[in-house]
Amino acid sequence: MTHGEPRRRASWVDRAEWLGPLMIGPAVLYIVLVLGVPFLLALYYSVSDISMGSRTLGFVGLKNFVSVVQTIKFQTSLKNTFVFAVVAQVLVMALGTVLALALARDFRGKWIVRLLILLPWVAPISLGTIGWLWILDSTYSVINWTLEAVGLIGPDGWYMWLGVPWLAMGSVIAIHVWRILPLATVILLAGLTSIPHDIHDAAQMDGAGFSRHLFQITLPLIRPIALVAGLFGLTLAFTDMIVIFVLTRGGPYDTTQVLASLAFFTGIQGGDLAEGAAIAVFLFPLLVAVAIGFLRVARRAEVQ
Amino acid sequence: MAAPAVRRWGLRAGHLGIVGLFTVFTAFPFYWMLITTFKRETDLLKRANNPFVYNEPPTLENVRILFEETLYGRWLANTLFVGLLVVVITLLLSLPAGYALARLTGRWGERLGIGIFLTYLVPPTLLFIPMARVIGDLGLQDSLWSLVLVYPSFTVPFCTWLLMGFFKAIPPDLEEAAMIDGHSRLGAFVRVVVPISVAGILTVVIFTLTLVMQEFVYALTFITAARNFTVSVGVPTFLVHGDVYFWGSLMAGAFISSVPIAILYNLFVDRFIAGFTVGAVK
Repeated sequence: MTHGEPRRRASWVDRAEWLGPLMIGPAVLYIVLVLGVPFLLALYYSVSDISMGSRTLGFVGLKNFVSVVQTIKFQTSLKNTFVFAVVAQVLVMALGTVLALALARDFRGKWIVRLLILLPWVAPISLGTIGWLWILDSTYSVINWTLEAVGLIGPDGWYMWLGVPWLAMGSVIAIHVWRILPLATVILLAGLTSIPHDIHDAAQMDGAGFSRHLFQITLPLIRPIALVAGLFGLTLAFTDMIVIFVLTRGGPYDTTQVLASLAFFTGIQGGDLAEGAAIAVFLFPLLVAVAIGFLRVARRAEVQ
Repeated sequence: MAAPAVRRWGLRAGHLGIVGLFTVFTAFPFYWMLITTFKRETDLLKRANNPFVYNEPPTLENVRILFEETLYGRWLANTLFVGLLVVVITLLLSLPAGYALARLTGRWGERLGIGIFLTYLVPPTLLFIPMARVIGDLGLQDSLWSLVLVYPSFTVPFCTWLLMGFFKAIPPDLEEAAMIDGHSRLGAFVRVVVPISVAGILTVVIFTLTLVMQEFVYALTFITAARNFTVSVGVPTFLVHGDVYFWGSLMAGAFISSVPIAILYNLFVDRFIAGFTVGAVK
């Protein structure tokens, strides 16, 4: 601050080096207590023999991990987590790019279209998913009714959307895509609208065709922001359990069980806190990878 | 001669088709909730009936059942109670923290700011197990206060980040003028900066309320009694008795508590995206 030196004598509390920490302290303290401490506890639980009823907290080393990793339930869940997250996120990014490009143009009624497209993200997810539970109901599914009405399936050919393994996995992926797509789209749209007009004009002037314009100019320019959307979406896809909890509870036969839902059923409903924590801790390396990705994006933005 | 016109029409039709398809995909479940809300049970549960139309006259019975025979009203009140308290806590913690990050803490503040933002990414599914134990030890099991205590853990990081960006956009001259007039910096923050930050504060209020409304995992973990649930958990777990689904009331409950909040949130979503992508755009 070079201009306008305050006339009165500054008390110690008013100096930036004191006031700064004082003002930020409560928030940091709260975050450390409510996020940091449970996080360390999660790590400790995973190497202990704690359970819901017991008061003991003995150290058992990697026993929980070893016993968890050997179960078929865990192996299935780990595989499902990757299938679910990767397929869903690839679809989200591809569809989100198409939709963002479509929304970047002006057209009449855009605001209402935008609201309708955002609905799945802004409405409470468990409630939106309940809508799908009814749409996919085994006896009254409107999708089956429509397929029968147009003659694609017979009255006995109704699909059990959530009752057959591959259909159930397809359904939970589709609904997860439904939920994340709006977020990815608006983030990508923000990236598209931040591209200066003269770049597009220059490309047009140079005679770049539609696909060259898209692949060599537009898409590379939104890469950093696409990375943000992708990383955030991936975190959600890897760690979320709401869609799966509401639709299938991991069934049929654990074919849609993921690590997050398995941790819930083992640790909270099953009462085996130690094993539940061990399962949840497997989510941590994924998070670290995502955080590093974010930091790299942030650093690159700083340099520019 | 006609070729460019045909091409233009083709492009427009294609554009319309893409936008239309996506809109149907995203909005259909909400439309379906709305239709189902006013359908009679007998209409719903006849497989031969065309589900897209009312085969029997519409009814308000499902909504009546929802409010009179379930705990839905209570869940709404619970959600509002938790939401308002979390808003107060979030503002008390985020306002000063955001200001400090914007003005008072140079280089290390920037790092700290990114660190705080990153904690927003920590998912509930990583922490809910130790938290369930800690909440139990604190005697808050099955109490709404457990949610009041834990929910700021995802509202504070994001709102601090959001407010930091907001304060950075306010010209420093304003506070400096107030400080020349004899206010301390803290005084200038309280009397000058906070009052002109109404838009930022409003954004925080809306986000906090919607995030509280959306939260599912912690409420499912900490709360067991039906009367203590929030809407997002109460509707999907307690309007289903065993295998009996009260579809009409279920859809009414889902629609009533999702669409109004969605419209409200929609007004602020651009700020949310701006906060999210700080650094990646430009």
